[in-house]
Order: sequence, then C-alpha cells, then structure tokens
Amino acid sequence: MHELAVAQALVDQVDAVIDQHGATQASLIRVRIGPLAGVVPELLATAFPLAAAGSRMEHAELEFTHAPIRVRCQTCGAETEAAMNRLICGACGDWHTQIMSGDELLLESVELETASSLIPES
Amino acid sequence: MCDTCGCNLTPGNKHLAFKPVAKGATAVSVLKGLLAKNDDQAAHNREHFDKRGILAINLMSSPGSGKTALLEATLVALKNEFTCAVIEGDLETENDAERIRAKGVQAHQIVTGTACHLDAHLVHDALHHMSLDGIDILFIENVGNLVCPASFDLGQHLNVTLLSVTEGDDKPAKYPVMFRAADAMLLTKTDLLAVLDDFDPDKAEAHLRNLANPAPVLRLSARKELDMEAWYTWLREQLAAQRALVAKGQSRRPAIQGDGQKFHSTTAR
Repeated sequence: MHELAVAQALVDQVDAVIDQHGATQASLIRVRIGPLAGVVPELLATAFPLAAAGSRMEHAELEFTHAPIRVRCQTCGAETEAAMNRLICGACGDWHTQIMSGDELLLESVELETASSLIPES
Repeated sequence: MCDTCGCNLTPGNKHLAFKPVAKGATAVSVLKGLLAKNDDQAAHNREHFDKRGILAINLMSSPGSGKTALLEATLVALKNEFTCAVIEGDLETENDAERIRAKGVQAHQIVTGTACHLDAHLVHDALHHMSLDGIDILFIENVGNLVCPASFDLGQHLNVTLLSVTEGDDKPAKYPVMFRAADAMLLTKTDLLAVLDDFDPDKAEAHLRNLANPAPVLRLSARKELDMEAWYTWLREQLAAQRALVAKGQSRRPAIQGDGQKFHSTTAR
C-alpha cells in the first residue's frame, strides 16, 4: 500500500503549486498514471483524502487521465498498444521495444481558486 | 526554469497540458513527476555516491528469495578485491545487518516499521550513519516485496532483481513493474532445481524478455556457491563502467528510469 506515500507526495506538490500562484485552495487535481507506474488509481483515490485532510486541497476533486501502454518497435519501427506483461511489438512480435506511454506518474494540472475568484455565497 | 506555470511546455508534451478554465478558477499545467521530491533526494544520493566513486546497487525480490544469502557469499568472495557496505531494509529486527556484520562488513539497518519499501529519504538518513570513504560497492537490500520498491528511486545506479527457483517461473509476468526495472535478474537457489520439477529457467527468461527487458539472467546458488563467478564478473564490469562514466563527469541510472517518462514529464532527466 505505497499509494499513501504517493498521495502524500501529491499533496506536497499541489501545496507548492498553490503557494507559487498565491492561490487559496485547489479545486481540481488532474493526475496521469500509466499501468506500468506501479500505482493503482483506485487506491490512490482512497488514500488521497487521508493525505489531504486539513490541507488546502481537502475538497479538491482528484481526476485521473488514463495513459494506455504503447510501445515502439526498435526492429520494425511500428508503434502499437501492448499489455502490461507483454510489451512486445504488436506488428512483428519482437521484444526489442521502447515504452512510449504507459509508465507515467505525473501531476498533469491543477485548478486553483484565488481569493478574488471565489464566488461569495448568496 | 519555472516548473509550475507551463512555460516549459514542449511540442512533445503539449498535448498533455489540457487547460480547462472553470468559472472562478484558474488552471495551471504542472507536468511534474508525482514523486519529484523523492526523485530530487535520489539525485542527491546519487551525487554522494558519484563523488566517492561508489557503485550503488538496489537488490529487490520477494521475501525469502535469498538476498541476504547472496550478499553473505558475495562479500566473502570479494573481500580482498573491493570494500563493500550494505544498507538493509526490513520492517523489523536488526537480524540481516548482524548477518552482514558477521562477515566483517559495514552494515546499517533501516527498520521501516510498517512501510513496505525504502525511499530516497530513508536511504539518505542511513548514509549519514555510515562511513562512505573508501567504499567501492554499496548494496541496498530493499524490503522483500515485489510490488512497492519498484516505484521509488533511491539514487542507485542499478537494480538487481532476484527470483528464486522455489517461486513460480511466471513471476516476471505476474509482477511486470518490478521485473521491468531489473538491470540484471538472478535466478537463485538453482541447487534446488534438481528436486523441483515445475520451475523452468528458460521460461522465466522468456517472461522477462516479454517485458522488453534485455537484462542478463544469471543462474546461481549462493548457499552452494554454484555459478557465482558470472555474478562477480558482472559486478566488476559494472563498477568499472560506473567509474569510467564518473571520470567523464557522467553517471547512470537504472535502465528503466526515464525510459518513457522523458516523453511526458518536464522534470525527468
């Protein structure tokens, strides 16, 4: 269950973004995770509220962007989709491939609220 | 360079910088590795190693596949050739560090409590309890676990993943994240192959190749000291290669790191 450690790292990073932009809180956090990153989005979603409790992103929505596994063959040059434990070329079957997508673990973007942009409740 | 305002977008990652602007909110594109803090600490650890000409190797496997036994045999065999040191990671006990110290080698035990993996900060703290001068090879024995340790850079130069023949030969297919990370895969306890009829070393190797991993596969038994020479030769070659890189002002990271990340992240090196 290392997703809690990842969630804490996420909170630290979003906190830094909030500071750098002089914002008051984050409302949406978009994360891009590939299956090969070794982090399960569902578990990260469970761990996030624990890590974010009492922080300026406590009420933020956590959104995941799916990153499909794609490999480029170094032998035939084809770029194909692949399964997690079969990263071979979908065209010629060679295993000399390079991962083009699917191993990402990225904080993609954050939506911030600033004091002036807050809409007063009526 | 600014890491958070989006000014470091490149044509390669621009498609990721989707910027919807909701009412009353501003969106900023970040595109930073989620574990950037750990990765920064890992880079710092790597600098420590490179400054002293140390080769750092991260040993990973499931519990009980023979990491400590491999180290015991290796440390004795290379005693007159290299000065080694070991960082041990376990949830509890000082047992493994004591086994290493019994061979006359410096060892520091990290007791993680309940944490299932080592991270760069834990390793950095351990380094401050050790004397690094004169060390040639530092082995970091990670917590026995085929899942979590693969996701955290410690500052090591190489990953070595062990698979004992008492496990299934399809482990690389079951735990692709871990075995994809291996710069070398060691099939351990091969002396038991004679009494086990369900482990096929060739199949284990084929499963590793299916992960597009060209890492060498070494078959050995540390307890019976079978076929250990290829492992020692590999270590000698890696140390020489690492020192040659450091002499040129360069370093190395496990082959997997930065493989795909460089296409997406602005912080991956």
